[in-house]
Amino acid sequence: MTMFKRLLILLATLLGLASVPAQAQLEITVTGGDVSALPIAIVPFAQSPKMTTDIAQVIENDLVRSGRFRALPRTSMQQKPSELAAFDPTPWKAQGMDNVVIGKVWDDGKGGFVVRFFLVDSLSGKQIIAYDYPVRDLSQSRYAAHWIADKIYEQLLGVPGYFNTKIAYVVAKGLGFQRTYQLVIADSDGENPQYPINSRETIMSPAWSPDRKQIALVGYEHGRSAIYLYSTESGKVTKLISEKGINGSPAWSPDGKRLAFVLSFESNPDIYVMDMASRKRTRLTDHYGIDTEPAWSPDGSKIVFTSDRGGKPQVYEMSSTGGEPKRLTFQGSQNQRPSFSSDGKSIVFVNTDGGQRIATQDLASGKMTILSSGPLDEGPSYAPGGAVIIYSSQGPKGRQLATVSVDGRVRLTMRQAGGDVQEPSWSPLLR
Amino acid sequence: MIKNKVLLSLVAVSMLALGACASKGDKTASTPPPSDSSAYNSTAGAGTQLGNADEDARAAAERALTNNIVYFDYDATAIKPEYSSVIDAYAKYLAANPVAKVRIEGHTDERGSREYNIALGERRANTVKDALVTEGVSAAQIAVISYGEERPAAEGHDESAWSQNRRAQIIRQ
Repeated sequence: MTMFKRLLILLATLLGLASVPAQAQLEITVTGGDVSALPIAIVPFAQSPKMTTDIAQVIENDLVRSGRFRALPRTSMQQKPSELAAFDPTPWKAQGMDNVVIGKVWDDGKGGFVVRFFLVDSLSGKQIIAYDYPVRDLSQSRYAAHWIADKIYEQLLGVPGYFNTKIAYVVAKGLGFQRTYQLVIADSDGENPQYPINSRETIMSPAWSPDRKQIALVGYEHGRSAIYLYSTESGKVTKLISEKGINGSPAWSPDGKRLAFVLSFESNPDIYVMDMASRKRTRLTDHYGIDTEPAWSPDGSKIVFTSDRGGKPQVYEMSSTGGEPKRLTFQGSQNQRPSFSSDGKSIVFVNTDGGQRIATQDLASGKMTILSSGPLDEGPSYAPGGAVIIYSSQGPKGRQLATVSVDGRVRLTMRQAGGDVQEPSWSPLLR
Repeated sequence: MIKNKVLLSLVAVSMLALGACASKGDKTASTPPPSDSSAYNSTAGAGTQLGNADEDARAAAERALTNNIVYFDYDATAIKPEYSSVIDAYAKYLAANPVAKVRIEGHTDERGSREYNIALGERRANTVKDALVTEGVSAAQIAVISYGEERPAAEGHDESAWSQNRRAQIIRQ
């Protein structure tokens, strides 16, 4: 047997192993301060012994990671009530905890559970919201916790929570022709990773459709690139565009009816838009410089993109029907890979000025804010609602996912067992 | 920090060793290397082999083709003078063998965004293609593909790795 064939078999074995989800749990560490965040106490739930997920801990992690909440440590809790009747507001008031979450989990007698929770106002001692949430089996327990976190977030902040969403990203492992690529879809906190696509060739740029039913991505096959659509419902992968040269940077319009992308076959990298119903294609830019990495404004009227038409790569904006682009970024030597916040008022991008950091820019004032510390941060994507940004940073054992709150105060990394975790894309909220 | 640096250099050294093995093996292997094994087809400055005085010009030309990588400066696409011999050797080979075909793979270092680097890698590969065409090669003999920063030849996050990754490789088909 030739060495090459042996390598192939080894590779197949490795890929098989890699699709065991338990190997890829992500670990979370909070590294930033949280001084002005909303104080909240999430008391450990009184749980049936069969419920092995610490529901209160999952809720707490969600809320703290948003940067909008500061949680009371469990060791500082003087009481741990699980019923409203047993709730005494006094110690919580004394600790400045206006909002307290208590709850319990019991077996439903059919192999499932019921999770009951109360969000209590400690000033009045009265419940603000309370729900019983049925959980079919243990595998659904984290989703119950995310659902509760969403309810609390919405109740206290007035905007929908984003914890019951998904993130898609690419994991690359190995060097040279042994490098393998996987598309990963995980819960918003990095848990429950699934590996729907494994490839020996490059996978890049996953992009969720607004209805979360499809992920557009770039894949290479036999040394050619193409834009593919992966159906999150059927698991099918279909080839959408495969021209000579670059087929890259897919980006869905907010209504999901159009897809922007980059092709180079007509001359050099330019931005195109396809109407998904008719598959009719329109070229938006025609410049000898590189135009790439398009992203739509939330109202669909504008597209921001990276272009080196001025010499170095910078962020530009144009109408989503084309027309003369306007340069948006001027600080640092390079600015790349822009995308809009969900209110359309700011953009996030990669700023290079010595190191490579994640930065946002307020579009009205032009003020740029650097949010991460580098040195090789890339691939930023807003969470739905825009409270945090997910990106990929260089860690000690390869690229890892990181999030930062939009005010820059709360940063965390989600470490994976092996390989480079890159290009995270946050799924939209289900409406 | 220091420990990390040592580890990284070890990785780089073993990479070079592996690359050297692969390029020697190519000449005798009955199974061709996979299409995406480009990172291993050659290495920078593969040493001069001890020549036989009787070797004909054809063997010499063949040997010249083992230098198949053009390295670039950061965010640059200009071919530096020291790589004109690579272009000359392939221009001669392709002009003399009109049925021969090459694929030029463009690569970048890890800095900058990924899709921008795909574009930059394509520009580098096209620069090499244009240089070959200028020397009389038919464009139909040349295919171009960019891998951007996706297929690094050297691991590591410093200039020594980056300089090995900013490259265009000419692969005979």
